[in-house]
Amino acid sequence: MSVLKYLLQKEFRQIFRDPSILKIIFIMPALQLIIIPLAADYEVRNINLSIADHDHSVYTQQMIQKIKSSGYFKLVNYSSTFQEAFTSIESDKADIVLEIPANFEQNIVREDHASLFIAVNAVNGMKANLGASYLQNIILNYNNQIRTKWIQFPPIPPQTNIKVSVSNWFNPMMSYKYFMVPAVLATLLTLLGTFLTALNIVREKEIGTIEQINVTPVKKYHFILGKLIPFWILGLAVLTIGFLIMRFGYQIHPVGNMLIVYLFASLYLLVILGLGLLISTYADTQQQAMLISFFLLMIFIMLGGLFTSIDSMPDWVQKLTWLNPVSYFIEVIRMVVLKGSGLSDIKNHIFVIIGFAIFLNSWAVWNYKKTT
Amino acid sequence: MINQNVIIAEGLTKIFGNFVAVDHISFEVAKGEIFGFLGANGAGKTTAMRMLCGLSTPSSGKATVAGFDLFKDTEQIKKSIGYMSQKFSLYEDLTIRENIQFYGGIYGLSKKQIQEKTTYLVEQLHLQNYQNSLVKSLPLGWKQKLAFSVAIVHDPAIVFLDEPTGGVDPVTRREFWELIYDASERGITVFVTTHYMDEAEYCNRVSIMVDGRIEALDTPKNLKKTFNSLCMDEVFLKLARKAVRGE
Repeated sequence: MSVLKYLLQKEFRQIFRDPSILKIIFIMPALQLIIIPLAADYEVRNINLSIADHDHSVYTQQMIQKIKSSGYFKLVNYSSTFQEAFTSIESDKADIVLEIPANFEQNIVREDHASLFIAVNAVNGMKANLGASYLQNIILNYNNQIRTKWIQFPPIPPQTNIKVSVSNWFNPMMSYKYFMVPAVLATLLTLLGTFLTALNIVREKEIGTIEQINVTPVKKYHFILGKLIPFWILGLAVLTIGFLIMRFGYQIHPVGNMLIVYLFASLYLLVILGLGLLISTYADTQQQAMLISFFLLMIFIMLGGLFTSIDSMPDWVQKLTWLNPVSYFIEVIRMVVLKGSGLSDIKNHIFVIIGFAIFLNSWAVWNYKKTT
Repeated sequence: MINQNVIIAEGLTKIFGNFVAVDHISFEVAKGEIFGFLGANGAGKTTAMRMLCGLSTPSSGKATVAGFDLFKDTEQIKKSIGYMSQKFSLYEDLTIRENIQFYGGIYGLSKKQIQEKTTYLVEQLHLQNYQNSLVKSLPLGWKQKLAFSVAIVHDPAIVFLDEPTGGVDPVTRREFWELIYDASERGITVFVTTHYMDEAEYCNRVSIMVDGRIEALDTPKNLKKTFNSLCMDEVFLKLARKAVRGE
């Protein structure tokens, strides 16, 4: 036990002696947690709209006003021919062209029927898609407005309207921050844990101190524990800072018990540190360790459900995400913070994550060799 | 110990792929001896030394170090040896005191022993005023002396030194060898590789490796006689020129 004590003492001395590392560990994730959720928002705003108006009537003016006041659109071009409007898409100034045909007003009033045309710049697929559907919604709304105005006393309502009311459970305001902040925190913890562990051990390989340790009677598991315990503690400290930012910065009041998240995170960190350790047993230089970590984490994060919902991935990719520890942590942290899930709800996640921890760490210990 | 030889190697061989780095070397080192291990760059010295330290598993052959079998009791051997590699391997971001404390600690010395050792070493190396400075702030010669002292902090039976004085000035080299003699007098066997032939003269016995094999092994005096040379430099050149493989 006393050997472990000396290893830990040495590790903590080194960590606290390097102010730049401390800054990276504590300030960078905090900054990222503050900035990323502000930007990583699914809502599409600032859609650049170009209008080709062949009608120039009061109705079109009203409709354009309505579109503009929705807050989603920015009118970048208003012209009287479609060609002119379309050049603004070609020159990437506009995302959507709305063409209002001549006699639009007349057709609505007299014939009770008018058509519009929307052309979408699909280079940015997400923006275009959402923009077009927002636009259709606004127009539909406007349409209903005119209808009620013109059909003053209908004997029978000309059209039955099905009105759908939506209630957003677990996130009543449908705020993306509730959804993103916990997941970004989970991702940051993953990045930090893997990189710190992998680079720290490989650095000892590069300097040659690991060889000095390898000629001593220090046991493998002592050395590994001596590395894992300090980073485990640091990871939990970073998690705590993240929770404080979430609570006081974003005013997110977790519904569930945060102790459950701590419990899960403490197991999850073992997986992540084990991964870093495993990488370090294969990499000989910090450069190799960086690249391996980067590519693995890229896959883990992209398939972790942070940005895109796992449920909408193809079936075979969904099966792949079962092998992705990050997806379990993101799911658990969201479940507890938003839904208030309890221990019994995340039971399976805990078992899986313990399995990962055992698997990765055993592999790393097996591959860590004191002799070549 | 029944046998007075603390290192016995018989046909020790290391093969990397189809490259024979160390080719059936056999030798014995007596207790308390200063054993010089010479050879040109790439002759296989470091590989041979790494095998004896348990850092590298031999491809074939037999050896006992400090009375323990190299294949079976590697961890026992590690308790009885010290090692100073070519690369400087103390922690540069720890102080002198902290390095001594750390290595003493992982070799299982008690708190009191560590205290005593630290005081003794700091005095022996005249580092009283620097004991709380980071190791990276020390000049190379001081670092090397410190690394040696740390390598024998647990009073091992044998200490392996891999080119300990490379790049060190002549005065410091002389001081370094005083430390080696001091250790040898305390009964620690010294196994040292070097490229300096004046240092070879300080050894009790010297072996010269050429292309993975030991070509000569004797006292410096006898070697000079055998090879009809005035100094060790000449002996070394006569043997090393036969080498086929380069670096």
